[in-house]
Amino acid sequence: MLALACALAIVAVLLAWPAPVALARAAWPSRAPARALLVWQAIGLAGGLSMIGALALAGLAVAPTRPALAVTPAAALAAYLLAHLAVVVVRVERQRRRHHALLELLSSPHPTRKRTRVLDDASPVAYCLPRGVRSLTVLSRGLLERLEPDELAAVVAHERAHVEQRHDVLLVAFRAWHAALPRFPVAGLAVREVAGLVELLADDSARRSVPDAVLARAILAVSAGRAAEAAEGAEAPRARDRVRRLGGGRATRAAARARATPARG
Amino acid sequence: MAVEVAGVASLGELERSVMDVLWESDAPLTAYDVQARLERDRRPLAVTTLLTVLSRLEKKAFVSSDRSARPHRYRATASRADHVAELMHEVLGGAADRGAVLERFVGGVSAEDAAMLRRLLAGGEGG
Repeated sequence: MLALACALAIVAVLLAWPAPVALARAAWPSRAPARALLVWQAIGLAGGLSMIGALALAGLAVAPTRPALAVTPAAALAAYLLAHLAVVVVRVERQRRRHHALLELLSSPHPTRKRTRVLDDASPVAYCLPRGVRSLTVLSRGLLERLEPDELAAVVAHERAHVEQRHDVLLVAFRAWHAALPRFPVAGLAVREVAGLVELLADDSARRSVPDAVLARAILAVSAGRAAEAAEGAEAPRARDRVRRLGGGRATRAAARARATPARG
Repeated sequence: MAVEVAGVASLGELERSVMDVLWESDAPLTAYDVQARLERDRRPLAVTTLLTVLSRLEKKAFVSSDRSARPHRYRATASRADHVAELMHEVLGGAADRGAVLERFVGGVSAEDAAMLRRLLAGGEGG
């Protein structure tokens, strides 16, 4: 029993430190973000379960005659993690409800696009507020003025992918893990990586409907005039990959295609 | 179901119109005042409907009411500009867990990466 507990503890340690660090450093997740996200979920779930399992087995090895007492530490850890998940889910849902209420008062429905609101603000902003079937895509007036129709299509495809693929659920789970273990650097690393990978995945959806060069133009237009803020998130490796992927051979070919059929007047 | 969705959507529009009236007014207004101001540019609305809308807005803390006066007087708790600022603060950062609430198209692009993209696009379009 003790040997099994030790073996499971080793698995837990591997999943808590070397495995996520290696995954975050690897280059392949930028090419296959969907697969990388599956691996992150597997690491998170298996890491938690192996930690709980190791605690339970160690408890049973130490106090085999009192099983109820023996599994108490494991049960406490499980309850701690689940409680954090519940707290984060409730807090985020409350913030989203407030944001939704503000949007109802301050934005107007987009004349043609469903579940899309237009915010009367000069800065170019696009985002989605994920709330299941009530999810909204929000576009600012500044964005609509600045983007060409094909660039806007790229932005909308990107945001729709976030909503349809329920990236918010994935992110909330990893944020809850981070909230439960705030001093554990790998939890923060996991949140940054997962957040970066869902952007790549949403970009991949957009790239299926528009050439890379169009998406690149949209990213530039939206990030323009926001130099002061650009530091935020820009240092995360996956955020850099997002831009660099568009600069690869495919982007050059796409740019050539865009040149052959001038979409921009 | 479709009828219900349409009803909710129009209720949202109604809330927006009522808030616009309250934001434009310097003094607290009764439901009758709101009705009179709304009727300038739309078909008549029942006062009971407006009271429902006002109580919904009060529940969301966008409106406060003076219940000592008869009829009750309503006012916006904050200006439109304050609410826009709250919204944009949440969208553009500052709020600690903004990333948890909404997913933005672009979080940040470093100057170096932006320059790289610009070079790429210039080469693609100019050549």
